[in-house]
Amino acid sequence: MTEALNLLFKAVFIENLALVFLFGMCTYVAVSKSVKTAIGLGMAVILVETITVPINHLIYQHILRQGALAWAGYPELDLSYLKLITFIAVIAALVQVLEMTIERFFPTLFKSLGIYLPLLTVNCAILGASLFMVQRNYDLYESVVYGFGTGLGWALAIVLFASIRERLHESNLPKGFQGLGLAFVITGLLSLGFNGLSGLEF
Amino acid sequence: MKTFHYLTKPIIENNPIGVQVLGLCSALAITQSLYPALIMATAVICVLTFSNVVISLLRHVLPSSIRLILEMTIIASAVIVTDETIKTIAPDVSQILSVFVGLIVTNCIILGRAEGFALMHNPKLSLLDAIGNGIGYSVLIILVATIRELFGRGTLLGEIIFIPSSDGGWFLENKFMALPSSAFFILGIFVWVINAKTSNRTYD
Repeated sequence: MTEALNLLFKAVFIENLALVFLFGMCTYVAVSKSVKTAIGLGMAVILVETITVPINHLIYQHILRQGALAWAGYPELDLSYLKLITFIAVIAALVQVLEMTIERFFPTLFKSLGIYLPLLTVNCAILGASLFMVQRNYDLYESVVYGFGTGLGWALAIVLFASIRERLHESNLPKGFQGLGLAFVITGLLSLGFNGLSGLEF
Repeated sequence: MKTFHYLTKPIIENNPIGVQVLGLCSALAITQSLYPALIMATAVICVLTFSNVVISLLRHVLPSSIRLILEMTIIASAVIVTDETIKTIAPDVSQILSVFVGLIVTNCIILGRAEGFALMHNPKLSLLDAIGNGIGYSVLIILVATIRELFGRGTLLGEIIFIPSSDGGWFLENKFMALPSSAFFILGIFVWVINAKTSNRTYD
């Protein structure tokens, strides 16, 4: 249990995908103008991460990894170079299925998420989590925790950022610095704060 | 002359990172030192050129309902080839770049230019657009990487430029430049400069 908590804490804070590894920055900067949409997008990211990381784990361990197909008579076969295409296909397919399911059963949530749901396909935080899962050899249980943790961390970061940007909208800034320039500097400051957490452990 | 403008405009005026907000993730994460940034820039130019031209050639054949997944497949194939090439040619850099070469797949510059340009223009213009955007991306990440490596470690491409104080020189290493957040501040300043120079754009 302590190990799972440790991994969760690490995924949410110490190795926050948005603010420490800077994954998913395009969506992060583009969709953070209001807190409401940020929360919706954050929820979608949590859901997609929690499902795709374990699925990609199973596919990698049982089909793509070197020697994984030994039972079928190919002990030497190493398909791991196919992991990018496979992972992105899994994510794209899952986002599509998720979109249809949410539209069918939760129409209100579907309306509030709108265009941001299909956009998750090209959010590198999602693909990044799967690639880290492979690189670090997580087992199935750990990948569920890691997937959920990274999603939560990303959601936390975008909600924080959106709240700050909403407040700054009213302030008086140099003209060229409004919008994007300032958004970068704020992200830099947030990221600096999260860097201060590195090395923490239970 | 008119077509040439597709090549030059994305370099500064419509810079993919600074103005279109595309491809930030990789731009920020691999700029700690110059060498990996150069490799990454080359990789992005190759993948972008390939995918833009191929998608532009296929633009009349791609069914729009499954367009996204087909485009992703084309891009992912180009990225896999690039990734394997880097692993063979420069295995040490492939260690530093780790997952970031793979993440070119989800680099929004590639999909953004495919969706926003290649689907509506002929291969020749798409080629120019791809090279222009690739150069725009490269210019910015190379500038950021140069600043971060020079002031963070006093070196450029591993060669010592400023002699550090531990070896009797005057230069104190700036540990802040090693953190990813420093890239944001540098990039924020660049964006400010670009915005100040190109006065005809609207602010959000």
